[in-house]
Amino acid sequence: MHADPIGVLTGPHFIDGDHACSEGAIAAGCRFVAGYPITPSTEVVERIAERFPRVGGVFIQMEDEIASSIAIQGAVWGGKKAMTVTSGPGFSLMMEHIGYAAMTETPCVFVDVQRAGPSTGLPTMPAQGDMMQARWGSHGDYGIIALSPNSPQECFDLTIKAFNLAEQYRVPVMMMMDECVGHMIERVIIPAAEDIKIVPRRFYEGPKEEYRPYEPERDLVPLMVKVGKGYRMHITGLTHDEQGYPNMSVNTQGKLVRRLVDKLKVNAERIIEFKEDKVEGADVVVLTYGISSRTAIPAIEQARKEGLKVGHLRLVTVWPFPERRIAELAGCIKSFVVPELNFGQIALEVERCAGGKASVHLVPHAGGTVHQPKEIYSAIRKSLKG
Amino acid sequence: MSEELFEVEEGIPPNPVEEFLRMDRMPHIWCPGCGIGTTVNCFVRALDSSGLDLDKVAVVSGIGCTGRVAGYLRLDSFHTTHGRAIPFATGLKLANPELKVIVYSGDGDLTAIGGNHFIHAARRNVDMTVILLNNGIYGMTGGQVAPTTPISAIASTAPYGNFEENFNLPYMAESCGAVYVARWTSFHVRHVTKSIKEALAKKGFSFIEIVNPCPTLYSRRNKIGDGLDQMIYYRDNSEIRNGADTKTVGMDFQGKIVVGKFVDRERPTYDSAMMKYYQKKLGEDFVPSEEMRNSIHAEN
Repeated sequence: MHADPIGVLTGPHFIDGDHACSEGAIAAGCRFVAGYPITPSTEVVERIAERFPRVGGVFIQMEDEIASSIAIQGAVWGGKKAMTVTSGPGFSLMMEHIGYAAMTETPCVFVDVQRAGPSTGLPTMPAQGDMMQARWGSHGDYGIIALSPNSPQECFDLTIKAFNLAEQYRVPVMMMMDECVGHMIERVIIPAAEDIKIVPRRFYEGPKEEYRPYEPERDLVPLMVKVGKGYRMHITGLTHDEQGYPNMSVNTQGKLVRRLVDKLKVNAERIIEFKEDKVEGADVVVLTYGISSRTAIPAIEQARKEGLKVGHLRLVTVWPFPERRIAELAGCIKSFVVPELNFGQIALEVERCAGGKASVHLVPHAGGTVHQPKEIYSAIRKSLKG
Repeated sequence: MSEELFEVEEGIPPNPVEEFLRMDRMPHIWCPGCGIGTTVNCFVRALDSSGLDLDKVAVVSGIGCTGRVAGYLRLDSFHTTHGRAIPFATGLKLANPELKVIVYSGDGDLTAIGGNHFIHAARRNVDMTVILLNNGIYGMTGGQVAPTTPISAIASTAPYGNFEENFNLPYMAESCGAVYVARWTSFHVRHVTKSIKEALAKKGFSFIEIVNPCPTLYSRRNKIGDGLDQMIYYRDNSEIRNGADTKTVGMDFQGKIVVGKFVDRERPTYDSAMMKYYQKKLGEDFVPSEEMRNSIHAEN
């Protein structure tokens, strides 16, 4: 299936990442957005507010982020593709509803344009401090998908991908942008509608009386129905059986939570996307995501110029984490260098997957700006000494 | 619980409300003497006589004893997070304005943790019916003090009695913009049924407060008897004052309960206001969603 042309502004644009994200959502078929203003994400909803009345969408500015993050889920069950948009403080408020989306398997997109924290922090400046929160922020065990764009073009492309993954696996998908990528203005090419691949919602079409909302298909993902079609389903955040009914038994809990976790594990290789550059034969691999992938490039080039064998692995999907690839590489290289605009989040995952076979060197940064390439360059040098 | 309890003996016609309930989920969790089930009975009868297409009706609940209502109704039904039934219902309604959306939840859920959403949905006049059961405490968690607990009533987190002023909910709903506001008790089954039927026929944010006993955790702790004693109290101390000024209908501990239909007025709903506004501002550039277009056609 391809995109509905009504929403697609085919052609070249010179726009920032926030606006590109809005256009990506529209192209993906998103027709409901609920949001609450917060810097540096506000431009996303401002563009949506302007564009939606012209493309059959409904935008509502809710009273807070808690309301926004559940209103989108009501809209999804009403039949829409939906997203909400925020930054750190708002993302913190949304955590309970990320859990609700995971538990009720409500496909939806959460955009987090990250700013420096904790708390109110630096509202207008970048960070990558919400990466672990995206994965683990709500209570209990569940899986989510998180994507990390490094350019306005990717803000467009990955927002479409986020909606497609949400529909494919019925999970909340996080677009983990940051202030730099959100406010950076670059050329963005919007393809023709027929060249944009859209994953439609996977609806159940069997007899009504046989519909069981949480009976999984072979890929562990159950099929959905819309409210108002006579299926009379019950959806709850309580532990539920395949009928969707609350069931407080240890067995039901075990079966349900295992499937919520497993559906991402068994499909991980289909979900995970990363970009590699000269990783084969490298001694050190710089592992990056988001804006840090761009500040790493001058450092990598400098080191290569000096004869060092440096590879670059950029995560496009951050969650699920590419465990297998990291473990493979760890057996072939001496070290990983991980620049992050935080004090060590994804570096911990790299360390875990490397399993001691390669050393892991974090290049930490509290956020507020991006790394200096020389900090990353020094870390590459240092990582080869040990 | 053994299944035999619910076997229908031959020759006995089934209870007319059964077709509206998920009988495979019975027995329900509510205590003896609680009025929630009574109100569900009223709701179902109102729904039955409303002429609504039941496939187009959705019930959304929050968390708590009343929050379990959605799970027992054989309708599209959602048991959401604590306090968030109204914003969930807002999203559902705006995604598909052809639906009749009912929020059915408790006082703690809708006016403490969910209070912010309540006032904003009333202000926006989102087309939904909110049925709020007010038992004056948090029942499911063991009888803690709530924004609706009357002064001097004892609760588990107010062991010496409550000293905080309680909400006057009809006044709050009216001042925030609700188009229909009524209060009854779970003793007033016919009034409740009639009121729900009226609210369901109303376009916009309609609100019904139903004062309801919690014999297990409120009445017992406050030494005011059991469920039956509360019914007698409701019967003897309720005063029907339709059209009463909502400022005057606040409730005291075991005092007089003013009941009735207080507000019945017209205001444009959120979705119709949105449609009209954009049509005026954007003209032919305005593209409403298919569901929104259908719902306006259905109205005209």
